[in-house]
Amino acid sequence: MKHLFAPAGAAAMALAAPLMFSAPASAQDKELTLCWAAWDPANALQELGRDFTAQTGVEMTYEFVPWTNFADRFLNELNSGGDLCDLMIGDSQWLGAGAEFGHYVKLNDFFAQEGISMDDFLPAAVYNYATWPKGSEEYWALPAMGDAVGYVYRKDWFARPEIREAFQAEHGRELAPPETMSELLEVAAFFQGREIDGQTRYGIALYTERGSEGITMGVTNALYAWGVEYDNPDQPYEMEGYINSAKAVEALDFYKQLYECCTPPGHSDAYMTANLDAYKSGQTAMQMNFFAFFPGIAKDEVVGGEVSGFFVNPKAEVESSVLGGQGISVVAYSDKQDMALEYIKWFAQPDIQKRWWALGGYAVHNAVVEDPAFPSSTPFAAQFLDAMSNVRDFWQEPTYAELLQAMQRRVHDYVVADQGTAQEALDKLIEDWNFTFESVGKK
Amino acid sequence: MSTLSDTTTPAAAETAERARRAPAPRTYRGLSDRALAWIFVTPVVVLLLAINIFPLVWNIWLSFTTYRANRPGMEVRNIGTANYERLLSQEDVWLSLQHTAHFVTWSLALQVLLGFGLAWLLNKNFRSNGIWTTMIVLPMMLSPAVVGTFWTYLFQPQIGIFNAILAPFVGSTQFSMIADAQLAPWAIVLVDTWMWTPFVMLICLAGLRSVPRDLYEAAEVDGASSWRQFYTITLPMVLPFLMLAVLFRGIENFKMFDMVVELTSGGPGSVTELANIYLKREAFEKWRTGYAAALAVILFVTVFGFANIYVKVWTKVKQR
Repeated sequence: MKHLFAPAGAAAMALAAPLMFSAPASAQDKELTLCWAAWDPANALQELGRDFTAQTGVEMTYEFVPWTNFADRFLNELNSGGDLCDLMIGDSQWLGAGAEFGHYVKLNDFFAQEGISMDDFLPAAVYNYATWPKGSEEYWALPAMGDAVGYVYRKDWFARPEIREAFQAEHGRELAPPETMSELLEVAAFFQGREIDGQTRYGIALYTERGSEGITMGVTNALYAWGVEYDNPDQPYEMEGYINSAKAVEALDFYKQLYECCTPPGHSDAYMTANLDAYKSGQTAMQMNFFAFFPGIAKDEVVGGEVSGFFVNPKAEVESSVLGGQGISVVAYSDKQDMALEYIKWFAQPDIQKRWWALGGYAVHNAVVEDPAFPSSTPFAAQFLDAMSNVRDFWQEPTYAELLQAMQRRVHDYVVADQGTAQEALDKLIEDWNFTFESVGKK
Repeated sequence: MSTLSDTTTPAAAETAERARRAPAPRTYRGLSDRALAWIFVTPVVVLLLAINIFPLVWNIWLSFTTYRANRPGMEVRNIGTANYERLLSQEDVWLSLQHTAHFVTWSLALQVLLGFGLAWLLNKNFRSNGIWTTMIVLPMMLSPAVVGTFWTYLFQPQIGIFNAILAPFVGSTQFSMIADAQLAPWAIVLVDTWMWTPFVMLICLAGLRSVPRDLYEAAEVDGASSWRQFYTITLPMVLPFLMLAVLFRGIENFKMFDMVVELTSGGPGSVTELANIYLKREAFEKWRTGYAAALAVILFVTVFGFANIYVKVWTKVKQR
């Protein structure tokens, strides 16, 4: 197949050559491009990168792409062998593809040579952001940004006497941040349609987005809380009775119930930004979102400070949170791999990790998270540690994008479009996933 | 005149004589007109082959394989018609084709009705006719992606103008057309109609203005009513134009992607997942390239087949 592209590639090279060599060589040589999502932590990383430039003279340039296009844009870049990015902060689920398709540079020798130990990072972060195959000691990334899905609530509303009285009268208990899924539903339903300060408020802003990964990231909060497994732990890829178990059906039904009863009208295609908007504009009493956004919320002029509080994913049968976050990898197609490795070495230093946390990035280095002052360093640091202790991730298989799209369709069909039953949705999901695993010879 | 008078001077006569004696321009005896034509046409043909025919042939070949564009090292197996068999037995594929048929049929019907109606009105002579025409054609000058995006705001339950306008009739603004599985397929029809009715209107207007006035004058002399003038003169004369508009819009809507992706992402669930959105997800999100290539072939054959039949009918109508 490759030879078909050869003439076209040669022609393209011939056309591009004058452009490639017209820039000053020295400026190009001392420049690294880092690719990531466009969100709050990316700004913090940009700020941090100035220190690297000051120390090494290497200019950092950044390609930040909004989350909704992030996977599309950068997976295409990797799949086409593009050298736009020297460093990639790719999603945890990309590790399988990054390792198996040769997109990422394996870092074991580099770590050994530079004395970078994975024991210095949170175990869950190493497992999820660095290793492939999972749990092995083959490293393809350095844990860069810990993250999980958590919740934000209007602490000021929860503290108002008239609201507390109304809740007490309705439910016979104190109004408090939910600790269980049934409490979450109860509190969300309580706020739904309630008049506060002359405006109608709603219960909770959930993830319901259809196009990329939104609703899967939302629904899995419920599935994990019910202790649902994707497949049989003893027989990998055997999913019958696991992802479509009675517990899974109950969890999916719960999420649909929460969506129908307690979200703002029209909240049918919402992900991170839409949830932030709904919460910050005072529409909802709670929002589901990644911890990465919490520093911004804590500093927000309207909902920051004492206005907002934070809590982890409530439990149903077990305590578990949906993993976010990423590792930083060196792109195999980059011709500046040495410089990129230099950046990783610099980034792995405890002092830099501390500064990363101070700027708003979620460092997962032990020098940061094991500091006795860490839990009280921000209003959400303790919850972050709590969530990171029991995080779970979606499939990290090389075929993850295919698996993800199937789940997006099946759960959105049921939860938002109200088509079929939860059991049917999950049964169809198994059919889709079986087809995927069979087509790549894993079943 | 001046040339003739110039040759009468000695200098001009000498120049003319020199020119007469000069050797004739060299001729390329081996190169016929036909060969010369080929020399000029070949670059275009090569370009067409490279950017149209080769991708088409390659796509057809891929549709019989297990090829995945994101797996450069994976062995590519020829699996015969397996991709086509799976496609045609997939409920999801048929659903996406149903959604496409619903969208194409209703948007075309509404655009033809409204477009013709508007053209009929604008064909009358009244003041500010030009301003109204310009105002009406504005939507079709926008990018479909922009239209999709800003209509998501218009459909917003809290701040959307669309809901605010409907509120007195439906009693509430607390609903969203694009969030409701029953209403979303109509929302995309509505937005497409808003955007493209002006296009149909312009073509119809051209048709209406091409009808000779004397036909109407003769009909009036014969005592034909307005209705009779409409269906014996106007409609037959405008029909070829109208059919052309339907052809353009039909092909465009069959290929619809950007506006709907921005508006609904194919949701809620998959109720607005048109064939092309389904195709894009299979090809560039799931990376089932061979499978998606088979769907692309089916869609191509469908639209090409329909368009061909339609063009034949249109030609007959024109010749009538």
